[in-house]
Amino acid sequence: MSAISIRNLDVVFGDKVEASLKLLDQGKTRQEIIDLGGNVVGVHNASIDVAEGEICVLMGLSGSGKSSLLRAVNGLNPISRGELLVRDGEQMVDIGSCDETTLRHMRTRRISMVFQNFALMPWLTVLDNVAFGLEMQGMGKQERRAKAMEKLEMVGLHEWSDKYAHELSGGMQQRVGLARAFAMDSDILLMDEPFSALDPLIRSQLQDELIELQQRLNKTILFVSHDLDEALKIGTNIAIMESAKIIQHGRPEDIVLNPVNHYVEQFVAHTNPLNVLKGRSLMTNTAQLERLEDMLVLNRNDNTCISTNTDGQVISASRQGKPLALHHWQEGQNISQLPEDTLVMATPDISMRQAIEIRYRTGHPVLLNEKDSLIGILSDKDFYHALLGKHFTTTEAGMAGG
Amino acid sequence: MNWITEHKIPLGSWMEAFVDWLTFNAAGFFDAISVSLEWVILSVVEIFQWFPPYVPMIMAAALAWALHRRISLVIFVVLALLLILNLGYWQEMLETFVLVLTATTLSVVMGVPIGILAAHKPKLYTFMRPILDMMQTIPTFVYLIPTLVLFGLGVVPGLISTIIFAIAAPIRLTYLGISKVPEELIEAGKAFGATPSKLLFKVELPAAMPSIMAGITQCIMLSLSMVVIAALVGADGLGKPVIRALNTVNISQGFEAGLAIVLVAIILDRIFKNPGSKEES
Repeated sequence: MSAISIRNLDVVFGDKVEASLKLLDQGKTRQEIIDLGGNVVGVHNASIDVAEGEICVLMGLSGSGKSSLLRAVNGLNPISRGELLVRDGEQMVDIGSCDETTLRHMRTRRISMVFQNFALMPWLTVLDNVAFGLEMQGMGKQERRAKAMEKLEMVGLHEWSDKYAHELSGGMQQRVGLARAFAMDSDILLMDEPFSALDPLIRSQLQDELIELQQRLNKTILFVSHDLDEALKIGTNIAIMESAKIIQHGRPEDIVLNPVNHYVEQFVAHTNPLNVLKGRSLMTNTAQLERLEDMLVLNRNDNTCISTNTDGQVISASRQGKPLALHHWQEGQNISQLPEDTLVMATPDISMRQAIEIRYRTGHPVLLNEKDSLIGILSDKDFYHALLGKHFTTTEAGMAGG
Repeated sequence: MNWITEHKIPLGSWMEAFVDWLTFNAAGFFDAISVSLEWVILSVVEIFQWFPPYVPMIMAAALAWALHRRISLVIFVVLALLLILNLGYWQEMLETFVLVLTATTLSVVMGVPIGILAAHKPKLYTFMRPILDMMQTIPTFVYLIPTLVLFGLGVVPGLISTIIFAIAAPIRLTYLGISKVPEELIEAGKAFGATPSKLLFKVELPAAMPSIMAGITQCIMLSLSMVVIAALVGADGLGKPVIRALNTVNISQGFEAGLAIVLVAIILDRIFKNPGSKEES
């Protein structure tokens, strides 16, 4: 069930909306429209659905329209054309056409927001900042302070409740911002580059905290980021935007493996694939392995081979004629306690990071089994490909290398 | 060139005709304002006079302590007030204080809402700016004349002239404060569902408060600078002995009354400037 449903949305800023939309329909670019005396186009023909409980990351360079799209969802930006539906219980409310009262209801009860530069009120204490939204809901002082305290405890800042925002570090200020948004108990959270103003260590820490909180609270989160690593880490889905349009929308792995154009490719080339890529998309297929009599060669240099039965099940392994132990690894098993010098078999859904750890520990390629039969292996070559950002051109690279 | 001098544009006569028209048609209105304002000011002065001098002194000292928590300021305030009492200007000081208080209160009550309105409607401010400039640059004696005609001799024309002169400060600084509220705070207010009035009272006004307070302090000082001029049209207060000293070339009286004005100015400035701010020391 989708919490936010956007259809053919255009956002145009300024007073010449009609004329600008007409130019847009004629296929003019953003810059051409400005040159012709039109307005700035923030979002052009965006359609996207965000399911309940999902974290959807809007990704793109600055000026790509990701913040404009985010701000349209709670009506901070004008909706010039198209449909933007947000779930309110059993019904969907069109933010573009609803009246002031409904919009206010959506803002106080359904959608809350976290800002890039925190947007905390400098004259209020931390506690009253967290209670700010509740005050807008019309909640009494005692009640809202009690509830705000609860949320401050959730983000670990209850001992700072009577301090002012400027007395806190950036990371702590954004935790206050998070607590303020959580205090509303709304189902939908809009986060506008919430961690971009923080230094890398704190950023990563807050990302982890957000993921952890999300597992407990199960909100629908629309998250804006210009950092693909961040998007890959926290996103259930990622929508990539370029000059006001959504150009690719999909699961993190899809984005990394199949970038639609050069723009996305560039993002992908600069990400760390360790947490995103799965064994299945990296592996060398069994069919591509070199055969020596009835054995499959894993490493020609030290003559490491495996033999399989007719069902494709690995039955034995050897190195220079001496047998090698086989070990089944399951998600959750401690890699550092695996026996050294064994061949490890794992599921194709293993993450690249874990596969590399196993390779590092055992000194051998990782065998990937599905339904007890070998479907491929992960060897150093596969890892290097991924690390060099060449995995989305595997076929070429494979052919050139093979 | 003769033609130009011979055909004088009767700007002055037009203004006079306008004031005459006002006096003729709205005399009742202006009289009502005059009588009620005069009554308010005189009653407040009487209330203060009813107390023995140490009561206002303790009140001033307590206010200084409450706003600034500095014992040196409290001592200064008490000593300065004792000196004024000793010089024999206690009653005049009270009259001046009440005049400043009334002028500031009325300026703030009118000026802050006008400033808010101007910040929300930039076009209104473009229109208002030359008027504000004019109110502050026209020599105050000039608008003393029509106010004198409209409100009669006494404290009220002085008060009105003071307000015309001083109201620009709260308007300008409220406008400045409200229009400088960071966009992100406004967005946060809206995003959490603030109604326009909540946005004003819970976000814009608190954020603009330092600027508005500066406007009020300025307004107090501008009002005080008008006391001597207000005395010309019959307002009571420390301006009166100054005028009298000027007319009789009385150096000693002029010096003492002038000193009393300076002391009142310093007290008001020190007490009302940046109340509660931690950076001042």
